[in-house]
Amino acid sequence: MGATIVEKIFSRKCGSDIRAGEVVMTPIDGAMIHDITGPLAIQKFYEMGGEHVFDPKRVIMLFDHQIPADSLEAAKNHVYMRKFAAEQGIHNYDINEGVCHQVVLEKGRAAPGEIVVGADSHTCMYGAVGAFATGIGSTDMGFVLKFGALYFKVPETIRAEVSGKFQKRVGAKDLILAIAADIGADGATYQAIEFAGKTIAKMDMPGRMTCCNMAIEMGAKAGIVPPDKITWDYMRGRRKMKPFDLASDDDAKFREKRTYNVADLEPQVAVPHNVDQGVPVSSVAGTHIDQVFIGSCTNGRYEDMAEAAEVLGKKKFDPKVRVLVIPASRDEYLKALESGLIERFVKAGALVEAPCCGPCMGGSFGLIAPGEVSLSTSNRNFKGRQGSTEGMVYLCSPATAAASAMKGEITDPREV
Amino acid sequence: MAVKKMIPAKKVSAGKTTETKSGRVWKFGDNIDTDAIIPGRFLILNDAGELAKHAFEGTRDEFAKGVKDGDIVVGEKNFGCGSSREHAPLALVGCGVHVVMAQSFARIFFRNSVNVGVLPVVCKDADKIQDEATVTLDLINGYAEVDGKKLAIEPVPPFMQGIIDAGGLVNYAKNLKEVPVCTKSRQ
Repeated sequence: MGATIVEKIFSRKCGSDIRAGEVVMTPIDGAMIHDITGPLAIQKFYEMGGEHVFDPKRVIMLFDHQIPADSLEAAKNHVYMRKFAAEQGIHNYDINEGVCHQVVLEKGRAAPGEIVVGADSHTCMYGAVGAFATGIGSTDMGFVLKFGALYFKVPETIRAEVSGKFQKRVGAKDLILAIAADIGADGATYQAIEFAGKTIAKMDMPGRMTCCNMAIEMGAKAGIVPPDKITWDYMRGRRKMKPFDLASDDDAKFREKRTYNVADLEPQVAVPHNVDQGVPVSSVAGTHIDQVFIGSCTNGRYEDMAEAAEVLGKKKFDPKVRVLVIPASRDEYLKALESGLIERFVKAGALVEAPCCGPCMGGSFGLIAPGEVSLSTSNRNFKGRQGSTEGMVYLCSPATAAASAMKGEITDPREV
Repeated sequence: MAVKKMIPAKKVSAGKTTETKSGRVWKFGDNIDTDAIIPGRFLILNDAGELAKHAFEGTRDEFAKGVKDGDIVVGEKNFGCGSSREHAPLALVGCGVHVVMAQSFARIFFRNSVNVGVLPVVCKDADKIQDEATVTLDLINGYAEVDGKKLAIEPVPPFMQGIIDAGGLVNYAKNLKEVPVCTKSRQ
C-alpha cells in the first residue's frame, strides 16, 4: 500500500513507516508565535519549567495582529515578547515585516517536507510549499518551545482534484470558497486536504497559499500541495536545499477523493456567518456594503492587489464605501508600491495601511458597527469577527472586492 | 506532581475514573466559534479571570454574569471552530466551567481544552440537552444523565488521558526533562 504525502512527511522525519491514525511524538522544524498567542505560549513554557528554547533558530517570532501597538496591553505584550526573544537568542521580526504566515513563507522559514507548527490556526498555509503545517494552542506551543517536539495524530487525507481553466476574474479564492461550501465547516476535521489536479499544478504560489490557508475553515489539520517546479522555484533564494520528490503514491489510501471543475465556476461569496456558506456572487449581487477590506494572509499579496487593480482600472471606488487595502507583508507592499498599485488605490479613494492583520480578527482597527456590512478578502465571516456581533461579514476574492467597492454593493467582477 | 502513565487501563474514561461531575447547562448550537467564546478584541488579556468577564460577550451577554462554578457548557456540532486562541477554553476556566459537551469539537479547541484543564466530552445526543438542565457525568461508565435519561459519551483519545489525569499539559510536562521522539503511542 502506498502512502499519502502527509504519511511520507512523518515517515521521513522519523525514519520509519508512519501511517494515518498513528500517534507520534514528532520533532518540529519550525515554530511560529505572534503577539496574540505568543505571550501565553511563553508563560506556559516557563510554567513547564522551560529555561532555554529547544532551538532559537527554529523559533519564528513577529507581531502582526496589533501593530503598531494599539493599546497599552498590546504594547506590554510586545515588550514581554521582545525581552523573551533577546534572552533566548530568537530573531524577532517585530512589527516590521507583516502578517505571520506570509512572512514565514517569504523568509523561507517553512520548506517542502518540513513539519511546522504555529500558534495560529491559519498556519496550515505553509502547505502551499509542501510542508506539513498546523495551528496549535499556546500550551502546546509552550511544550514545543521546551521540547522541540509535539504529539500528532497523523491525519488521513482528503484529496481535492481540481481541473479546468478559470474564467477571467475567477480564481483561487473562489475555488476554496466553493470547496469549503462543498466539504462543510467540519467536513475535514482531523483530516489533511491535499490539493491536486491540473488546475493546482498550473496555479501560482499565491493561489496555492490562498487555498491552503483556508483548509482550517473545513476543520482540517493541514492543507497541502505536493511540491513541484513552481514550489522549488519559489524556494530558490529563500532556502538552500536540493529539490526532491515528495508526492502521494497512486495507490495511497485516501479518506476520500473529491473532484472539482472550475471551468464554469462563478465568483463565490461566503455569506454571514459561516465560511461554508459560499454562494455564487449572482445570488447576493446588489447587497449593500459599508466597508471593503482587501488584504490578510489569505489575499494580501501583490498578485491579489494586482487582481483588484485590474478590475479597478482608472476608475474610483464608491465614496460611500470605506476601502481598506493592507498588503500582507513589507515585500508585497514594496512590489505594489513600485508597480504603482498603491498610488492607484489611493487615488481611487482607498486607505492603504501598513502590513498587518488589519480588521480580519476584529481586535484592532477597522471595526464595523451594529448593522454594518463588511466585504472582505480575509478568511472568516463569523458573527462579530470584524467588530459588532450585529454586523455582517461577507468573504470574497480581491476581484469581487474591487468591483463591489466601485459599485457600493456586492458586484460580479466580470460585469464591470 | 509525578507524570502519569500515558496509557490507562482498558476502560478509557473521559476524565479521572474516580470522578462524577454534575452541573447546570448553558446550551448553545452548531458551529460555536472561538470568536463567539471570546471576541478578538479581548485577546490582549492573558489572565483567565480577566478573560472570563468577556466570555460569550455579544453572543450571550448574560453568560459571564450568570455563570457559576461547575456549570457545563453544551454545544452541538463543531464546537470551538475557528481560531487557535487558547483564550477561549481559558475564559471558560475563569468562569469555573470545567466541562464542555458537544456532538463534535473542532480539533484545536479540543486539544487546547485538554491542555488547560477543561474536559471536552463528546456526546452524540448533546443536541437533545436543554438549556438550564442539570447534567451528571458518570465518567466510569461513560454516560451523561439528563432528566433521568442516560446519554452515551465517548472516551477521550487514550494518548490524551495522561494529560487529563495530570490536570493539563503544564503539569504533565513540568517534570519532564526531555521527550522520546518518534515513538508511537497507542491510538
